[in-house]
Amino acid sequence: MAATILHGVGATTALSSINYNNSRRSLPERKRTSLVIQCDGSLSSGLNISNNRGAKLSTNAVAQSKQENVTASTTSKPGHELLLFEALREGLEEEMERDPHVCVMGEDVGHYGGSYKVTKGLADKYGDLRVLDTPIAENSFTGMGIGAAMTGLRPIVEGMNMGFLLLAFNQISNNCGMLHYTSGGQFKIPIVIRGPGGVGRQLGAEHSQRLESYFQSIPGIQMVACSTPYNAKGLMKAAIRSDNPVILFEHVLLYNLKERIPDEEYVLSLEEAEKVRPGKHVTVLTYSRMRYHVMQAAKTLVNKGYDPEVIDIRSLKPFDLHTIGNSVKKTHRVLIVEECMRTGGIGASLTASINEHFHDYLDAPIVCLSSQDVPTPYAGVLEEWTVVQPAQIVAAVEQLCQ
Amino acid sequence: MAQLTHRASALHKSIPAVLFAARGLATASTSPITVETSLPFTGHKIDPPSRSVETSSQELLTFFRDMALMRRMEIAADSLYKAKLIRGFCHLYDGQEAVCVGMEAAINKKDCIITAYRDHCIFLGRGGTLLEAFAELMGRKSGCSKGKGGSMHFYKKEGGFYGGHGIVGAQVPLGCGLAFAQKYSKDESVTFAMYGDGAANQGQLFEALNMAALWDLPAILVCENNHYGMGTAEWRAAKSPAYYKRGDYVPGLKVDGMDVLAVKQACKFAKEHALKNGPIILEMDTYRYHGHSMSDPGSTYRTRDEISGVRQERDPIERVRKLILTHDIATEKELKDTEKEVRKEVDEAIAQAKESPMPDPSELFTNVYVKGLGTESFGADRKELRTVLP
Repeated sequence: MAATILHGVGATTALSSINYNNSRRSLPERKRTSLVIQCDGSLSSGLNISNNRGAKLSTNAVAQSKQENVTASTTSKPGHELLLFEALREGLEEEMERDPHVCVMGEDVGHYGGSYKVTKGLADKYGDLRVLDTPIAENSFTGMGIGAAMTGLRPIVEGMNMGFLLLAFNQISNNCGMLHYTSGGQFKIPIVIRGPGGVGRQLGAEHSQRLESYFQSIPGIQMVACSTPYNAKGLMKAAIRSDNPVILFEHVLLYNLKERIPDEEYVLSLEEAEKVRPGKHVTVLTYSRMRYHVMQAAKTLVNKGYDPEVIDIRSLKPFDLHTIGNSVKKTHRVLIVEECMRTGGIGASLTASINEHFHDYLDAPIVCLSSQDVPTPYAGVLEEWTVVQPAQIVAAVEQLCQ
Repeated sequence: MAQLTHRASALHKSIPAVLFAARGLATASTSPITVETSLPFTGHKIDPPSRSVETSSQELLTFFRDMALMRRMEIAADSLYKAKLIRGFCHLYDGQEAVCVGMEAAINKKDCIITAYRDHCIFLGRGGTLLEAFAELMGRKSGCSKGKGGSMHFYKKEGGFYGGHGIVGAQVPLGCGLAFAQKYSKDESVTFAMYGDGAANQGQLFEALNMAALWDLPAILVCENNHYGMGTAEWRAAKSPAYYKRGDYVPGLKVDGMDVLAVKQACKFAKEHALKNGPIILEMDTYRYHGHSMSDPGSTYRTRDEISGVRQERDPIERVRKLILTHDIATEKELKDTEKEVRKEVDEAIAQAKESPMPDPSELFTNVYVKGLGTESFGADRKELRTVLP
């Protein structure tokens, strides 16, 4: 008995602070009308989608770009513009305000304000115990966060760079992911582990790691990747409110993205994918920074006459196979664009998953574009070639649609 | 017999003359008896507590019963393992009972205990029942972790027992997290993070200790030094086997872990210290009769003479038995009856556990995630993934 969802989501994305031109087409405003038939058979009509904790969701959230006339609903306020790291901070602060059990721990999160300014000002407001500066001991402060979560606190552990969390792998895998199961449900671990990862600007091999591929097999955790200020704030809030351990992947290069987000409170679903651009020729699945490369390629493709449907999968574990499946059933061609390594990455799992479930709907084999299986080199030219570039995406779509 | 009277007279010399004790188990009194611990405490950067411990006849009888129960449970687990009813890893605690019983006597249920995989007896001490323990060992549904954890993953949330961890040393940062939460909520309780002499060489221990000392967390790190990390003797693994001194800037106390009263005194002292001044390390000098686990005979790296020597001279249950007999709290026969009772209790629990049902196959997928935010994951291949959007 599956939950049937009639879902129309179109999103506008404001890309004003990067060198991408805004789309000249009029993109539909984001509508969220959903009729949800729940698994237990009850019907709820969905303009008032609220999660169990009763937050008022913005029913007509419109992310506006500066140059477009979007027909905003008269009930929603114009919203405010901010950068992605500020959006994360806003989400974090709202949750800390709302629940005294929420606390932050990490290196330089307190007095320094966070190496990417996500926790700036919070230590002054909430004190040193609630925004805890830890020594450089990832394994043990992650363990400490998990121990605190076992008793009912809701810690947010920040890895200064996701790559450092490899030191905490034992704690994340054994204790964070599995404790709920091995204790027979006695303990829940409502922890959020977040940090920037991904390939930056010539940061070197050890600081350009994509850990989502290593963590994806751990049972019991949820993984999400944010890509815009709007979903960064929403996912941060959802992750904090979730009773499951959630790993929130941010990207070093996306922190300065600017977007207008609603003034009203909103919480996004952790398991949902976001349809960035509807289309009918090919489904392009992507997440995090590659979303922008895909959108840039999409402009070229549109000029060439293709109509790609772009979906930002957002939820890396578990995959939102519902949204993805509906898209595959419509377009019959899939292209996955990711920043993960080719071997054992998110794309590899997604390819296997789609092949298994939607094989009959595919007209062509799934193409997966990922980063090369090499340590990220320092030299700029080489680094550019490790990640997927828009030109490659265009070529792949053209080949796929032949 | 001669040895017993010799011991008794030795004790007589050093205790004040409070030999007023009620006769018979049924009327055990709570009037204080003062006993001296077998060995003095050794302190590192701290003044050790006094050797005189106050106890009562009721407490001594409880100690005896509890330790006998634990001993019996572990021996029974040994036979169950050999009968292939318990599979996988089974790490037995017999010989070390005094540590867990003495600790329980000094604390309450709001204090937290977290330990490694040698957790059966600590689970009992925290309020776990024999049935839950045996059912979990045999992988049944009525086990404390619904059969999904096994020997190394006993937990009891209501009793403040946080497990039960398989990876050596990983529980110590968790223990510091528990202490952090206690400090955060200001509830005047402490955490005992237990580990072994093998785990004492783990880096995360020192990381956790640094943080605990930095923020004055009420964490008490208890090293149960049974002198062997599986097959490696402590002097072959640690440059400095004085584990209570290894905290350096954190004070430490070395305790005779086979003397339940010494353990009780040390834990009480440590709790007071931790609530005021932050972390402290307790090293319990103890011994395990079994090997590291059931797959280890325990005799390839130590001599049988050593094991029987410790059993004769330092056995914790025998020590309490002698105390009880010397103070005329109960007769030899009454203690034997207690042991018989305990044995019967254990046998009944085993019989009941053997009858209890195996977990349902659908239990494979429960408790992976906490329900509430939508996803029910039904299988590694996600064939039945159901996303209920809120």
